[in-house]
This record gives sequence, C-alpha cells and structure tokens, in this order.
Amino acid sequence: MELLINFLDQYLAIITVLVLASFLGMEIIGKVPTVLHTPLMSGANAISGVVVIGAVILIRRAEATDYITLVLGFLGIVLAMINVVGGFAVTNRMLDMFKKKKK
Amino acid sequence: MNNIIDFLYLISIVVFIVGLKGLSHPETARKGNLTAAFAMGAAIIISLFAPMEAGDNNYLWIIGGMLVGSAIGLTAAKKVEMTKMPEMVSLFNGLGGACAMLIGIVEFKHLPAGTEMVSGAVFANIFALFIGAVSFTGSLIAWGKLNGSLRDNLKLPFPQVLNILTLVAIIGASALLMSKPELDFNLVFAILGLSLFYGVAFVTPIGGGDMPVVISLLNSFTGIGATGAGLIYGNDIMIVGGILVGASGIILTVMMCEAMNRSLINVIIGGLGASSGGSGS
Repeated sequence: MELLINFLDQYLAIITVLVLASFLGMEIIGKVPTVLHTPLMSGANAISGVVVIGAVILIRRAEATDYITLVLGFLGIVLAMINVVGGFAVTNRMLDMFKKKKK
Repeated sequence: MNNIIDFLYLISIVVFIVGLKGLSHPETARKGNLTAAFAMGAAIIISLFAPMEAGDNNYLWIIGGMLVGSAIGLTAAKKVEMTKMPEMVSLFNGLGGACAMLIGIVEFKHLPAGTEMVSGAVFANIFALFIGAVSFTGSLIAWGKLNGSLRDNLKLPFPQVLNILTLVAIIGASALLMSKPELDFNLVFAILGLSLFYGVAFVTPIGGGDMPVVISLLNSFTGIGATGAGLIYGNDIMIVGGILVGASGIILTVMMCEAMNRSLINVIIGGLGASSGGSGS
C-alpha cells in the first residue's frame, strides 16, 4: 500500500497526461476514408520517430570518453532518423500520388 | 530556462496534434504531413539546445548520426517503388523500435549505483526495451513477408503456446530483475533476447494478406515504446507524441480490420489458428 501511495505521489502528473493524451489520440483521427489508411499509418509512423529525441538526450548526457554509449546512441540516432525523414518523405510521395489520381 | 524548454515542447506537441488531425482528412492530408514534419524538426532542435545537468553534449556524434540517418531515409523514400510502400513503412517502423530498444539497454548501464530496483525508472527501462524490441523484430518479419524474402506460410511449432510462454517468461524475468537488490545485467539480456524472439513469434503466424494491419499495430507499439523511452527522461514531447501515435494507431488498426470485415482478434488469433491446422477458426 505504501509502495502504491509513493508511486502515485511520484507519477500522478505523468499518469494524468498519459490518460488524457490516449483519449486525444483515439478521438483525433475520427473517420478516415479507406484510401487514407496507408498514408495516415505512414505519417503516424514518422511521428513515432520522436524517439530520436531520447537518443539525443542519451548522447548529450554521456561523457566524451564513454564510447559504448556514444556508439549505441549514434546508432539509435541513425535508425530513428531513417524512420523520421524516410517516414515523412514516403508519406509525402503517397499523398502526391493521391492528388494526381483525384484530378 | 527549463520552463521555457517545456513550453516550447508544448507548442511542438500542439503542432503535432494539428498535423495528425490534418492527415486524417483527404483535403488536408498533405499539409498535415508537412505540419507534423515541421513539429518534429522543431522538437529535435529544442532537444539539441535544452540545458543538461551533466554530460559533454558530444554534438559531433549527434549531428553525424542525423546526417547519416537522414541521407539513408531520404534516399530509401525516393527510390522505393509505389507498390512497395507498405513494406518500406514496416522497415522504417522497425528501425524506430530499435532506437527505443537501444535507449532501454543503454539506460540500464546508466542507472546510478544503489538504484531501488522496484522503481518507475527500472520499469520504464524494461518497458522501452521490451516494446522496442518486439516492434523491431516484428516489423522485420512483416517486411520480409511482404517483399517475399520470407515464405508466407513460414511457421513456428505451436504458435499460441509459444507466444504465451514467451510472454510469461518476459514478465517472469522482469519481475525477477526488479526483485533483486542490485541490477543483474544477465537478466537484462535475457529480457532483450526473449523480447526480440517474441516479435518474431507474434508476427510469423500471421498471413501475408493481413500484414498491413499488423504493420499498423506494430507502428502503434513503436509509439508506445517512444512513450516508454520518454518516461525514462521525463520528456513530455516523447511521452505525448508517442502515446498519440500509440492510441491513434490502435484506432487506425481497428478501422483497417473493419475495412476488411474482420476483427483485430480474428486477424491475430485467426492467423495463429490457421497455422495449427485451422483449429482456431
């Protein structure tokens, strides 16, 4: 019980944000036409690349001689940036095609 | 100064939300995508300049990684054929998951000596590690199935049993890790190995035709993994950005199932059932 109270003490603000943001995420996209399913998935995928910020913090916090952290963090940034940049670029191409089809 | 940073992050989050909303309507989809990309750029720049309590910044490593990653991502996105988009998305998604996984591993190394093992910090590490790893190998399997390098009917023996056992083992190993007085790195690697395997075991039984749904689900996982990594650092934009993708990804997954007149359970269990001689259907 004490453990639970301590936990809530420490994390209640974050739990609130998590719960509210989950509802927002569920409501935000509403009714999506079938043609947009793949581009929306791809766009959301690019947004999930926000994890790159974690890798940035990881490297910034590291000491300049901590090569294990630096190399793994570097790898993390490369992978996540492929996700971010590739994700937005691919989504853009898909939506370009969609526009041409409509004409 | 930290207040200003958090406020700037908040603005980026709002722009993300506007972008995601735009993406879900045909007329505004293109603009929504660019808006979200802009928010991402802003958030990354903020993270570069936010003050840190310790550390050497190591900007060369960061910029180097960003240049390499962006170049690869841009080239891949330009070169991919239109018909191969879904598998490209799957591959991208797996890489994002891999990043969450790497963060989870490295942050175990950085836990200060004497850290209480039953704590939010350890839990967030395990969470990012687990979800990231599942998303990573699961997406690679989905990618392989879509581009034909993995046979569609590839099976593991007793998929349902294997899945549940792996999951139980992961939970068991995590509980054991948290019950010890000190960090046991062997257990961390055990959780890592089991999670990587779970991604394979989860996706392998599902048929190639259902892959878009699975990719959407894994995409949602990567979002939740980003939230896990955000919890490690108490970073709002990762927490909120990740959970937005996680939640909207689940809804999108359900909508994609409905478009095929199936239920999500049916896609996952149906896939599992089919590989054990059709008993599941």
